[in-house]
Amino acid sequence: MSEQSNAITMDGREGLWYGHKGNLYAMLILGLVMIGSVWALSLDTRWIYLLVYVWFGIGYGVLLQYGRFCMASAVRDLFAVGVPRMAVGMLIAVVLFSLTAAVVKVMGVNTFHPHPIGWHVIIGGAIFGFGIVFTGGCASGSLYKSGEGNLGAMLVVLSISFSQAIYVTLGGWFDRLVPASWTESAATKGMPEELTVTEGWFDQFTAGYIWDLQGSTLAESLEFEGEVAGAFVGNAFLGAILPSLVLLVYLYMFAYRKGYLRRYKIEMPKLGDHLRGIWSMVSSSRNTAIAGLGLGLLAGLHMWATGALRDHYQIFNFGELLADMGHTAGLSLQDTVFDPGYWYITTQEAQWGAWIMEKAGVMSRDNIFFGLENGIPNPIINAPGWMSIGIIFGAAVIALSRREFKWKVPNLETAMFALIGGALMGLGARLAMGCNIGAFFATVTNGDLSGWVFLAGMTLGGYLGVKAFSRWMEWRAGKDEFDI
Amino acid sequence: MAVKFEKVADGDYLLDVTGYVCPHPQMYTKKVLGKLESGDVLTLLFDNPSSGESIIAMCDSEGNDLFQRTEEGGTSQWKIRKA
Repeated sequence: MSEQSNAITMDGREGLWYGHKGNLYAMLILGLVMIGSVWALSLDTRWIYLLVYVWFGIGYGVLLQYGRFCMASAVRDLFAVGVPRMAVGMLIAVVLFSLTAAVVKVMGVNTFHPHPIGWHVIIGGAIFGFGIVFTGGCASGSLYKSGEGNLGAMLVVLSISFSQAIYVTLGGWFDRLVPASWTESAATKGMPEELTVTEGWFDQFTAGYIWDLQGSTLAESLEFEGEVAGAFVGNAFLGAILPSLVLLVYLYMFAYRKGYLRRYKIEMPKLGDHLRGIWSMVSSSRNTAIAGLGLGLLAGLHMWATGALRDHYQIFNFGELLADMGHTAGLSLQDTVFDPGYWYITTQEAQWGAWIMEKAGVMSRDNIFFGLENGIPNPIINAPGWMSIGIIFGAAVIALSRREFKWKVPNLETAMFALIGGALMGLGARLAMGCNIGAFFATVTNGDLSGWVFLAGMTLGGYLGVKAFSRWMEWRAGKDEFDI
Repeated sequence: MAVKFEKVADGDYLLDVTGYVCPHPQMYTKKVLGKLESGDVLTLLFDNPSSGESIIAMCDSEGNDLFQRTEEGGTSQWKIRKA
């Protein structure tokens, strides 16, 4: 790379931060969020719980945009263009988050609960992985790209939101897909009648299948004695760091080594050359590596902050605070709302879709997902929902200041991919009980091996998605009469 | 708005993928570079920042020379000489 220029015209205030409109808009966004935060706290200091989600969301958004950190490309670019950049960044984030999560665990405020493991994880991961090739971004990636002004990414978010809300309430013909054993098992769970758990495929999937499965962390499975050994050796080292190191070596061997040795004209490589090669691969995209480190750190801090607030208010769920403040309309039958306490994306988006559908009179709460577990809170008081909005704001702030913000209207092809791919991502996320963040990143870093199963599924789906996308490209090239 | 690929002169090609998001820009770039001869220059127009990171890594890996990068109004114009 011998020449780089930045052809941006500025007026007489060139060089001063306020001489660029993007910086002013970025400051305006941050200023408005600050004013909103102060206003919320002036109403009731307990809104601090929601504001933690907002500000961590902004932090995630800043880092995601800074490092172009989109986990979709971790698997997609590996198969599509042979680039391991994002897979490496993702593994760096996993290593660091596993360590910060272990610290939080030892402090006794870790909010993570292991996921049940079963076939649904790999199938859901595969459907999700197939979808992300077509949408151009994972669930978090679509949010940060929305912050860059990408309207196609906003369509993906819309599609994920509404598709999930629809999937979890579908009944009728879809009930025929459910094995009788699930229906029988669901009926024995003693659920409130208003949930009608033997109707609706997702209720029967949840109560008749998922609830019969087990989930645990590695520290629990290996029966580690002592909190410190369990958190650091069992969960962090064995569950996350060791598999990440193995994957990094694999990525070097099969996606980076050849190019590295050719670039440095090394014909007979020794162990030292390979170690330098692995370091070159890890450090080749400085921004991605820094974002990975930052996200790992931030995700752990987020878990600590929410855990500490739960301790302070003596609650298990934000729904209790909402009820105390008189906001009961969106709560579930158990007076709970979705409140993971850590980085999570898809469930709050399902709640957005459900809230709009409920207002339109086409959504009911006679289901486990909304009625019993997550509720359908007004988006204004949906704490994890604000984390997602925070990601958009954070990404917009940094994209504006880096002069990368651009309103981008999708063409028909991109819009179609956004809607269909988003609907596939929504289905995959609901089957696997989370996306690449909730079902992978947050799980493997807390010693829950189900996340690696999700990654295997997402990789398979990504591979098939790239094959299908290549076919589509070939067809388009022929249709547009240019030969590539 | 469609992907545009054309020969500008001998050994000089243009690929315009503005308006497209991941994975279009990097996949079309990979495909086009695969078809060009050694020494040919590809001018690439795109406006999806995250694709840029993948294209840099791809050029590094395959030894292609990304010798000019210009950014204007959110659109990037990069020139790549095939190894």
